[in-house]
This record gives sequence, structure tokens and C-alpha cells, in this order.
Amino acid sequence: MTHQRQIDDDRPLAELRGAVKKYGAVTALAGIDFAVQPGEVVALLGPNGAGKTTAVQLLLGLLRPSGGEVRLFGQDPRSTAARVRVGAMLQVSKVPETLKVSEHVNLISSYYPNPLPAGEVMAAAGLLGLENRLFGKLSGGQRQRVLFALALCGDPDLLFLDEPTVGLDVEARRAFWSVIEGKAAEGRSVLLTTHYLEEADALADRIVLISRGRIVAEGTPAEIKARVAGRKIRCRTALTLAEASALPGVRAARQEGELTEVFTNDADRAVRELLQRDPNLSGLEVEGADLEEAFLALTGADSKEEVAA
Amino acid sequence: MSTMTMTATTAAIPAGRRNVARILTLEARYEFLKLLRMPAYVVPTLAFPLVFYMLFGVALRQGPRGPLDFPTYLIATYGAFGVMNAALFGLGVGLAVERGQGWLLFKRATPMPPLAPYLGKLVMCMLFGTIMVSALFTLGATAGGVRLPLATWLSLAGVQIAGAVPFAAFGLAIGYWAGPNSAPAIINLISLPAAFGSGMWIPIQMMPGAVRKIAPFLPSYHFAQLALKTIGMDHKEPVGQGVAVLAVFTLLSLGLAWIGWRRDEGKTFG
Repeated sequence: MTHQRQIDDDRPLAELRGAVKKYGAVTALAGIDFAVQPGEVVALLGPNGAGKTTAVQLLLGLLRPSGGEVRLFGQDPRSTAARVRVGAMLQVSKVPETLKVSEHVNLISSYYPNPLPAGEVMAAAGLLGLENRLFGKLSGGQRQRVLFALALCGDPDLLFLDEPTVGLDVEARRAFWSVIEGKAAEGRSVLLTTHYLEEADALADRIVLISRGRIVAEGTPAEIKARVAGRKIRCRTALTLAEASALPGVRAARQEGELTEVFTNDADRAVRELLQRDPNLSGLEVEGADLEEAFLALTGADSKEEVAA
Repeated sequence: MSTMTMTATTAAIPAGRRNVARILTLEARYEFLKLLRMPAYVVPTLAFPLVFYMLFGVALRQGPRGPLDFPTYLIATYGAFGVMNAALFGLGVGLAVERGQGWLLFKRATPMPPLAPYLGKLVMCMLFGTIMVSALFTLGATAGGVRLPLATWLSLAGVQIAGAVPFAAFGLAIGYWAGPNSAPAIINLISLPAAFGSGMWIPIQMMPGAVRKIAPFLPSYHFAQLALKTIGMDHKEPVGQGVAVLAVFTLLSLGLAWIGWRRDEGKTFG
């Protein structure tokens, strides 16, 4: 990727160091180390409640960490100096509905020392022709594009996109991806949160998998997909979990009541292996593992490695 | 603000400055447009005081100029009531709604000057107050037959519009304690009895004794008295007393708003 943007040096643009966030007794982030480097598009991928939004809000200085350190452009994330270099698309349920798109862009742009010209913002967000439309009169996809436009107003070096396509249909989601890709191609750094593996895969250079407030895996989309995209086999078997998870092609196994669940990338082979080891196996079902289960599998895989070691 | 911006000016950011005056102007202008396009705010804010004035001040007045000059008295108190309501609703409901939508949180993530949205809303309330007071004065001078020297009209309008400040502060507190759905009800429950008990709708002299005893404890009563003082129809309490009560009320409201803001921060982000 070419970086057309000038960045002061190669220090991380945004960084969490041992960041902990507790809400009363609930721990949203249990100590996370994580950074966005210049020019990178990073996806924080995880199921709902994993702590993705908390991580973004810490980095934006909207939350105070319960422990650890948060830096944005090497500074306190609440400082104006850091904030003028950042644009954020948050999960806003509604923007004031009786202002026009152009009026919203105009106001948010006024907060920045070097805003993008309004025409460029509209074009980049795919809003040309909708300038004079009231926000309340826009469709769901158009509303998301306005939120994206507002994140671009200040010509940011780093874009935060918190669940940018949540609630959009497949077509609108794909259209939105190409808008985001356009901005990333300019060498802008992006931190995106999503619970769609497909979205992280389509947009990110690097995926950070997060579950229950912890980072469970990190890597390129290809690496992450190999680990999480898979099938789940459910069956009643006499094999122990250790035996089941040691089978070739099996990533992890866990007990779910009297059923054993086996996570694998190669369901055909795993089923053959299971039947070979346990001819009395019954109640066999094979289904796609959803992301949440994939995370559980990953956490299980980690503990398996620990056992193996 | 611009000095902070300048310290951030590195190689990546060529010289550029924000103009804080322009930010505040835009903020106020868009707050005004936002509500102007919202009939649920505009109609009650502008029409209620005018309709009430037509009913109580013009249609039901006693004789041409009875012992109490109704049309003149009520032009002071309905104007005060209208400004009070515009400020309570404009700040209270506006903030509660934008807080509930996550819009204020989004704005906090931008380099917006922290007080900009509040100041914008205050200026917007004062603009609506000015429009309402102008319409009311026109009605008074025509249908009500009110005759006052120009200086008196101006000082009355000045007191009425300045009254937006304490009630905007109270609206700010409500905006940080109430939810988006409960805020309008809470404001009505507070402002309607307070206006009535302060002699804003019916002259305080005509109220039962119990109401007149309670009135001095209401900030709205002191606001009404300050407005009435400009036309010589008040209870002759010293100006300083009313101003002091409203100043304390403003500070208490700001304190309450600050606690609510901290609580909100604790719940949502802390």
C-alpha cells in the first residue's frame, strides 16, 4: 500500500497499553495491548459485547481507562491536538433530523483547522445530490453515509469506524465498503470494529480478534479466516474431549451437555476420523460455526495448546 | 483554543486555524434552524404566550382601564413566561434528546470547543424569545391598546430576554437528569405550576393568600417581578433581591447540571 500521507514518524497513531475498563463489577476490557500503525487498516473483530466499542471510546478519550494507558498521536486522547487529526463514526442512533446534510457537514467542519472542502466530503461519502436533504428524510444507508461524511470532515489521518455497516442490507453494505476502501487507499489509517468476518476480510490489512475483553488472535485476514471460518460437528460420543481435539483436522472440542462439539476446517475428514475412532457415535450433525462459536473454539484451542505444552 | 491547535501543528498539518467565533455562530444558527423546522417546538413556544395574552389580557380584561391594567401587566408576565418556556424546552428537551441519541457523544469525539453546544442552544433560545416578545409587543400595542414609552418597551424586552439565562441553566440540569421521553413532561410539570404561582398568567395580586406566600420561593416569581418593575407594576422589592435570587438559582442549576453530567459520564463512559 502506498502512503500518500505525511506522518510525523512511525510511532503508532493510536495505542492501548494494558488497557483495562470496568463498569462496576463488569469487566469490558481485561488488559489489552493494541496499536494502529501509520497507513494501516485494522479491524477489531468480535461478537457483541466483546469490548470493541469500549476500546474505540477509550482511544477517542470518551472513556477513562480503569487501568493501563491510552495514547492518541502520542498524546492524551482528550487533547484538541489529538482530536483534530481524528475522525470518528460512532454508533449514533440519530443525528438531529431537521438539519440538512450540508449544514451538518458545515458545522462539524468548522471544528477543524484544515477541513476538507464540503464538495469533497460529499463526493467521498457518496452524498452528491443529497446536500439539501434533511437528515430525517434519508434512508438507512444514506444516514450511515452522512455519519461517515462527518468523520471525514476534518481530513483526518486516522478514521475510527465503529460498526459502520450495522443495520444495512447486503447491497448497501457492499456499497459502503467501496466508500471506505476509497478513503483507505489514500493512505489514511483506519480502525474499524465489526462483528462481520466478511467485512473485516474485505477491508482490513490486519484483524485483531477480541472476545470477552481480551485479544484472542491477531493476524492477516487470511490467517484469521483459517482459524475461525469452520464447521461445527455435534455428536454423542464416547471419545474424551482430549481425544476428540487431538484428531487430525480438528481445532477444538468442547462438551455441551451430553453432546460433544467439535470445531474443524475440514468437516469431511473430521467426521471420518470420529467414526473410525468411535463406531458407536450417534446424533451426528454438521453445521456452520458462527463467529461467536469460532471465538469459543479459539479460546478452547488456546487451552488445548496449553495442555499440549 | 487556537494556541492549542497551533501546538499540534506538525508536518502533517499545514498552518490552519479554527475560528471559535465562527464555530459559535454556526452552532447558534443551526440550533435555531433545527428548531425552526420543528413545529412541536415552534408552535408552543411562539403561540402559547400570544394565545394566552389574547384570552386573559385582551378578551377578558376588566373595563377599559380597571384598578389593575391587565393588558399592560400581562404583556410583562406572558413575555417572561414565553422566554422561560423557550429556554426550559430548548435546553432541557434538546439536550435530553441529543444525549439519548448518542449525538452529544459523537460531538465530544470531535475537537468541538466543549461549551459550544450549550452556548449555541442558549443563543437560539434568546432568538426565539426575541421573536416571541416582538410579536407579543405588537399584539399588546394593537389589540391590547398598551401605550409605553419606547425606552420602557426596550428595557422590558431586555429583562425578558435576559431571563433566558437562568432558565436555560435549569433546562441544562433537566437535560442531564431526564431521559429524552420524560424531559418534556417533567418540564411541563415544573413550569406550568411555577408560572401560575408566580403571577405570570393571572396577576399575583388576584391569587389566593397561600399562593402569594409561596411565590417568593419561586425563581419565576422574581423573574416576573423584575419584568414588571420596568413598567412600575411590581411589588417594589429591590432589584438586587430579584437578581440575587436568580443568580443563586442559576449557579445551583449549573451545579446540578454538572453533577448530572458527571453521573452521565460515569454511567456511559466511566
